[in-house]
Formats: sequence, C-alpha cells, structure tokens
Amino acid sequence: MSVRVIVEKCKGCSICVKCCPFSAIDMENKIAVIGDACTGCGVCVEECPFDAIEKTEDNVKKDLSEYKGVWVFAEQREGKLMPVVIELLGEAKKLAAEIGTDVSAVLCGDEVGALTHELFAYGADKVYQAVHPELKNYRTDAYTKVIQEAINQYKPEIILLGATHIGRDLGPCLAVRCDTGLTADCTKLEIDPEDKKIRQTRPAFGGNLMATIICPNHRPQMSTVRPGVMDKAEYVAGREGVAIRLNVNFEEDEIRTKIIKIVKEAGELASLTDAEFIVSGGIGLGSAEGFELLKKLADKLGGTIGSSRACVDSGWIDHSYQVGQTGTTVKPKIYFACGISGAIQHLAGMQSSDYIIAINKNENAPIFEVAYYGIVGDLYEVIPAILEEL
Amino acid sequence: MKILVCVKQVPDTNEVKIDPVKGTLIREGVPSILNPDDANALEAALAIKDNDPNVKVSVLTMGPPQACEMLRECLSMGADDAYLLSDRAFGGADTWSTSNTLAAGIRKIGDLDIIFAGRQAIDGDTAQVGPQTAQRLDIPVVTYVQHVQVIGNKVVVQRQMEDGYELIEVQTPCLLTAVKELNEPRFMSIYDIVDACSKEITIWGHEDIKLSPENCGLKASPTQVFRSFTPPTKGKGEMLNGTAAEMSKSLISKLKGLHVI
Repeated sequence: MSVRVIVEKCKGCSICVKCCPFSAIDMENKIAVIGDACTGCGVCVEECPFDAIEKTEDNVKKDLSEYKGVWVFAEQREGKLMPVVIELLGEAKKLAAEIGTDVSAVLCGDEVGALTHELFAYGADKVYQAVHPELKNYRTDAYTKVIQEAINQYKPEIILLGATHIGRDLGPCLAVRCDTGLTADCTKLEIDPEDKKIRQTRPAFGGNLMATIICPNHRPQMSTVRPGVMDKAEYVAGREGVAIRLNVNFEEDEIRTKIIKIVKEAGELASLTDAEFIVSGGIGLGSAEGFELLKKLADKLGGTIGSSRACVDSGWIDHSYQVGQTGTTVKPKIYFACGISGAIQHLAGMQSSDYIIAINKNENAPIFEVAYYGIVGDLYEVIPAILEEL
Repeated sequence: MKILVCVKQVPDTNEVKIDPVKGTLIREGVPSILNPDDANALEAALAIKDNDPNVKVSVLTMGPPQACEMLRECLSMGADDAYLLSDRAFGGADTWSTSNTLAAGIRKIGDLDIIFAGRQAIDGDTAQVGPQTAQRLDIPVVTYVQHVQVIGNKVVVQRQMEDGYELIEVQTPCLLTAVKELNEPRFMSIYDIVDACSKEITIWGHEDIKLSPENCGLKASPTQVFRSFTPPTKGKGEMLNGTAAEMSKSLISKLKGLHVI
C-alpha cells in the first residue's frame, strides 16, 4: 500500500505536512510531495480537506491459502507455562472462531507431558511438541530452528507470541527465517470480516500514536502480544486434543550460545501483572521512602506497589515495579496513581484498569483525565486517611 | 578487533505532543536524538576500545541525510568512522526491510567481531531489527544485554530477564543488543568534537550495497500500516471534594458501593 498526492486537487494548504507523524511530506512549488519516510499510514489521507491524497493498494497476490490455523508459542520456563500463554490461547480461540479454523500450541522443552494437557485444557486443539535436552531453557538458535521447521511443514496462518524477553527475541528471528512480517507488542487483534486477515494494533511513538498493522501478502502473519492485555482462556478440566511430535535434531555447534547460569532477582513481576490492586507512586512522592506508605495501603488491600518511570530513573525503586510503555502493562481492579502526573507513556500501561483513582496536588495533572475518581490533595494526608477508613 | 554499532536517529518521544483539537502528533520543534539504547550500545563498544587501543569502533545507520548530525555525535563520543545508508529507495521500511538493508551494509563493511545495537528505538519500540539483522548475517544474537565481558574470541554477557538474568557465553562474530542498565553513556569530548569534524562519513545508496530497489524500503516490507490514530482516553470521572478525611471516606464508600473492595 502506498500514498499518492493527486496533484490536480492539491491546493498547497500544507495541513498534511503538519499532521504527518513521520515528517514525510514536504511542499514543493505549493504542491505536497510524499517523501522517503512515508510508511503509508494514511493520516494525511484523512486530514486532507480537498481529498487530494489517496491510498493505493498493491496488486501483488500470492497463493496464501495453504496456510491454516492459529498457533500460539507456549513459552515455558522451568517447566511452567508463562501466564501470557493462557492469554494468547484466549485470544487465539476468538480469532480462530472468526476465521473458522483451529488453535494449536507449539511447546518446546525437555519434558512436556503435563504442559501438553494443560494446553489442551486451556483450549489448544493441537499441541506440537519439540522435546530435546537442548530445549530445556530458551536459546535463540535452538528454538528458532525447531519452530521454523515446524512452520515450514505445517504452515499456520497466524502465530502469536508473548512479548516477553523471550518472545521478543524469538519472534523477530522466526519472521526473517520464514520471510514474513511481525508486529511487535500488539494490544489489540482483530480479524477483517471480509478478507479474514488479521489487523494488529500497537502503540508507537512512546504510546502517543496507535498503529494498526496488516501483513497482507506474506504468511504466517505474526504478532507478539503484550502480557496482561488479553483475557485469559477458560480452563476446562479433562479437555483433550491431538499431540504431534516434531522431529528435533541438532548438529554440533549449531547452537552458538551457552547458558552458564540463570540468576533470579526481583521476582515481583508476576505479582504486578496478576495483582487486583496496585498502588503506584510517581515523582510526587518526593523520595524513595514514600513507597513505604504506598506499601501499607497495598498490603491492606492485598495488592502490590507500582511505580512511574520517573521514580525508577531517580533510583527510588527497581525497574521491575515500573508500569507503562517501557515497563509492565497492568489491568488491576483498582489502580491508585499517587503523585503521578500521567505522562502518555504511563497511561499506555495502566489505562485498561477497571477503576483508576488519582491522588495529586496539581488539579491540572493529566492523570485526572483518565481517573474514575480524582482527589486533589497531598498524598501524605490522603493515604493515611484512606487507611483509617479501610 | 573490529566492532560495529548500529544506531538510529529518532524523534525524542518524550517531547512529542498531541494537538488537542485535531488529535494528531505535533512534530514541529521536536528534537531528533541518538536513540537512547543505541547510546548504551555505543558506550559498550567504546569501553572495550578504552581497554584495548587496537579495537576499531565504527557506527552504521540507515536514514535520511540529516542522520549525519547524529553520526557526528557518535564520532564525537569516540567512534573511529561512520557509515550512512541513505537512499530514497530505503524509505518507509519495516523491520524486515530495515534489517535487510543494514545486513547488506554490514556485509560490505565486512570482517567484524562484534556488532552492537540498541535493544529498541523509542519511536517504534519493536526490538526486532537487532535480532533480524543477526539472522540475515547468520551470526548468533543475544538481546537485552546488561553486561559484557570479552574473553579471547568469546564474549560472556548477562541477558536481562524479567526476573533476573542469564549468564551467556557466545562465540564471535555475534550481535548483541544493549539495554540501558548496561552502562552510562559518555559525553562528547571537546577534543573528539574537533576531531570528528575532520572524519569522513561514508554514504552508500542501494547500488553500493548491491540491493535492488524492489528489495528495499516500503516495497519490500511485508507489514503495512493499515491506519494510525491517537489512542482514545477514558472519559474524565468524578472529582471528590472536601478535606482529606472527607474525600477518603467518600472514596471508600463509593468503592464499596461498586463492590470492588
């Protein structure tokens, strides 16, 4: 798809120059000229008051009909499925129903029996199993090879991976090996009702802009999906499916990295994505000690504390507590934003919380624009008062 | 030892504002900067060079001619030379296409031991170009690198995970993507700024790196932007009034009324 200026209609108003998110349009002799930086996003098409810019479809058509089914990368660590896998299965089920196809999981590990049954229970119709001692822990070369071979053999039309530190490593490698596109960190997936292709929506420009991406002429269509965004699949005890063993062979030196050891630190991340109550602090706390007060409220509610990026950058709290575009995406029942101004990058990570409660001294703070309840006041007075009431 | 650092010039997304009336991005006056993770990648390379004067550090980018400013900044931090892949045909590239072009440039530079890149760029946040470039060059890749140690022809790195890290040994040549925890990037030095002005920046187009225009840019990109829009915000809710005690009381009773606590 590309964008074209209809020269006869262009009046030289330069509205498109100003609205282009990629600074790709210039005026030459009072006519808009689309430059190299154009991504075909179409913002200018909508904005042009004279309908002087149009989107043109590419007419490349390949036979894509061989590719069928929705696959989920069943990421396991230490023999446990990552929570995002359950979310992906929930989403895959919806997509597959709209297309009229089935859901499969791809599972790599050294022992996969119990996890296979878990995947069936969460809705996988098939589980492709790659079993080998070398697959116990994730390594780029090993997992890429095995899954690429499976893709070439079984030809799925859609593959979903969690946007974890592993999925964001594996996804790009698979996409290049399979000569297809990949959309990173999707927050919404839909099926086009007409052509049954996937539309992948993701934040860009630090959450300032949302982009819907398509992959029209290549298969499989691949997405990594932000953990904590999609609804979990339902667990149906005893549900059965078909297990398919993949052939796994490695040549010597084919896996070019070696894990010397695995070191666990923080360990709070899971509780942040799963928490029903999050009490988050921003620069308005004034110091690292402020988190102690937030912790009291979090403990009383049975939740956890979170943080804005500013506090992490100030060294007040570990990165694993950071909520937002470059941190963790959360959707608790209640999100307390205490002394957080509400930068768009932060909002991107917490906006889908059920109830947002903002406490801030500055009544003009943007956080109040997304808050269900807003309290203008000093958090050091308000939070103790809330603790009294609970 | 030869090290290459892949860098990108990006708009400072912290400075990007939304036009409140039209709901579009305001790009005017937004400064272009060296992508933050790429600064960490460059610092990692320069730190290796600090300890071994035989190390040569080159920087590579794909972008419009203005990207030369950023390359000068990299040279001023201490890089030895710089390459710019710039061609109308490269425009509008997705990560598939970008990695294809970068890999072609890297093949032409040739003979490298370590390639560093930032984990991701702040305008796209995809984290895909690093690992994809490594796949095209058929060299091992480690992403999310937070610590690097060079031992002979092997590199030992810490790969950041959500709950800790993995200590990984990787053979060279390899590609490593840097996270901000890796180091604190140095400032440009006065001596190097002066020196950087005299250094040549090599500019290559598609013919120089033996790519046909069909295999570059938007034309070669499997993914396309279907549409883009500013994210909808939740409607503003209710502002509570009164003293801290009164507001707290009202808040808790409202939340209880909603059956969420």
